[in-house]
Amino acid sequence: MNLEFKPEQERFRAEVRAWLEANVPAPLPSGDTAVGFAAHVLWEKRLFEAGWSVVSWPRAYGGREASLVEWLIFEEEYYRAGAPNRVTQNGIFLLAPTLFEFGTQEQKDRILPAMAAATKLWAQAWSEPEAGSDLANVRSRAERVDGGWRVFGQKTWTTRGAFCDGIYGLFRTDPATERHRGLSYLMVDLHQPGVTVRPVDRLDGDASFAEVFLDGAFVPDRDVIGEVHQGWRVAMATTSSERGLSLRSPGRFMAAAARLVDLYRRSPDGPARERAREGVVRAWMEAQLYRLYTFQTVSRMMEGGEIGADSSLNKIFWSEMDLGLTETALALAGPAAELLPGSPSAVDDGAWMIDFEFALAGPIYAGTNEVQRNIVASRVLDLPR
Amino acid sequence: MRFLFTDEQLQLRDAVREALAGACPPGVVRRAWSERDVGVRAALAELGVLGLNAPVELGGMGLGARSWVLVLEEAGRAAAPAPLIELIAVIPTLVELGEDELVARVMTGEALVTVASDAGFALDADLAERVYGLDAGVHRFLAPQLTPERSVDGSRRLFRVDGPREATAADEAGLRDRLALASAASLVGLSRWMLDTGVAYAKARRQFGKPIGSFQAVQHHLVDALSKVAFAAPAVYRAAWSLDVGHPQRDVHVAMAKLYASEAATFTARKVLQVHGAIGYAFEHDLHLWMKRAWALSAAWGDPAAQLARVSEFVLSGGEDG
Repeated sequence: MNLEFKPEQERFRAEVRAWLEANVPAPLPSGDTAVGFAAHVLWEKRLFEAGWSVVSWPRAYGGREASLVEWLIFEEEYYRAGAPNRVTQNGIFLLAPTLFEFGTQEQKDRILPAMAAATKLWAQAWSEPEAGSDLANVRSRAERVDGGWRVFGQKTWTTRGAFCDGIYGLFRTDPATERHRGLSYLMVDLHQPGVTVRPVDRLDGDASFAEVFLDGAFVPDRDVIGEVHQGWRVAMATTSSERGLSLRSPGRFMAAAARLVDLYRRSPDGPARERAREGVVRAWMEAQLYRLYTFQTVSRMMEGGEIGADSSLNKIFWSEMDLGLTETALALAGPAAELLPGSPSAVDDGAWMIDFEFALAGPIYAGTNEVQRNIVASRVLDLPR
Repeated sequence: MRFLFTDEQLQLRDAVREALAGACPPGVVRRAWSERDVGVRAALAELGVLGLNAPVELGGMGLGARSWVLVLEEAGRAAAPAPLIELIAVIPTLVELGEDELVARVMTGEALVTVASDAGFALDADLAERVYGLDAGVHRFLAPQLTPERSVDGSRRLFRVDGPREATAADEAGLRDRLALASAASLVGLSRWMLDTGVAYAKARRQFGKPIGSFQAVQHHLVDALSKVAFAAPAVYRAAWSLDVGHPQRDVHVAMAKLYASEAATFTARKVLQVHGAIGYAFEHDLHLWMKRAWALSAAWGDPAAQLARVSEFVLSGGEDG
């Protein structure tokens, strides 16, 4: 056991830090609006040109073959520098791992470089009106046609669906089956006839959600990931990336906790500060715990282990930590807690309310925390169903 | 960066677990409430565990905190009724003070040395040939006057120690860190036993025609306990590494370890009691033996408030960590 990084890893950290210091832009408008999204995509292109957009990927696809540890270091530096949120994340962190595991060589060669370069943006289309926590209840279907499939149905809560170029998700390809069987994992190009995308505002007012209506859009055979009718297996393999490590690395929360400590230190003495004191220290410590837990997981993975159902425990932890952290910040803001960005008297330009609103979604997306607890009960504690 | 134990460390853990399963089953823990010596310290001495962190020159194993936290975790899992926390913590202090002969006899189980907390409480002081105290430095009681206290954990013979004392040159911070970390490791082990026991009961106990462990309300209690333990344990292991390497923030790391291990154990105790229902509330059931040890160790060697205060002081003054 040794928690120190190797000299070459420290050099990597220094290189990342230097580049970010020279290049991170002033805060961009929210990436969950049309204007902000465009600004974020420009930033993603800059990251790509400098070789930082997908550090852990093979060089052939635009990465620099960084190890998992280096990736963690990159993430720590990225959020420490206050760099923009990644609008590419549902491609690079969710679709890409699926392609690395199940994709054909042709798919990887075609899709990954454009994803790394942010020239093609991807949205995850899993939820449907009748398939939320019960994902196997998807109603969208695909009909066999010459050279591919025609897809029909409705996907919902598709994050950044209104701004992206493609979606991926589950479709019933075998009409004779039910539930988990007979589903396929398809990528659907959004720029074609038979696709209608309707933006839906989230509670924070951003039009980041979309409903995607599919009425005969075409999916060529080459856009099926894994085997036809084996989509459930493909989807489940993706979930550990989503819940665990890659979507929410410790660096993000360490940076948020550091900002919270800074807010505390700037806050005037009074009951709000008094009440928030423990919460501030808890947020800092929990970010550390999450980092240590991740170090353990990563150490295991580097020796051939798998993340598995641990990712569910992870997801519960970080989503609840994020809520506690932002609630504490609002407590510190006192009567200014309700003020939004642009409001003249807002604390930190109202960013904490925005962060709090986003944190509220954490226990819901990527599988509700109730579903995660069910998964841990069954797969880790081996409790009966 | 490799945040995993070595195979040797894990083998040591497994050997201790197996030995304690034989020498210290729940019946022995229960007997320790009524009998003064149930032989667990002697069994630990025979295993060589009392010399874990004693120098090799003195016949010890010369192992660091990364090894002994796992042993303490196993002692916690077994709720071993023996002052292992105090012994492991005090041995380096004895070595610092040049008490080589005493170290040798402590390792064989022939002599017992204990430590009184700031509050003046010491475990097994009646059997100890030497009592040290912590209060602005490490001092030695010259003629300890003992007043028995009553711990909620009936296996813990606690005494308030008074009397004349003399200062020593021993490192107080180091002794405090070891006491808190050893307690934290024990609390992780206690939590693991309680969680395993709760899970086993939830699988076996049937109501409404099925195992209660199939109900989400029951499952989620156990998952929440698992989560507390899963995130506390790495803090304990990190603190062990920090002690071994002399990390500048080792006291903060130890404070976090003790805080989260205490909370994991007291939380797990509550959840597992709830999962058991009335049978868990019965004195004849073993659960309370572990719960009470958890309450005792949570309060001992730096209670959660004290540990939180230590971390707060560091964090709120702008300290960063890595």
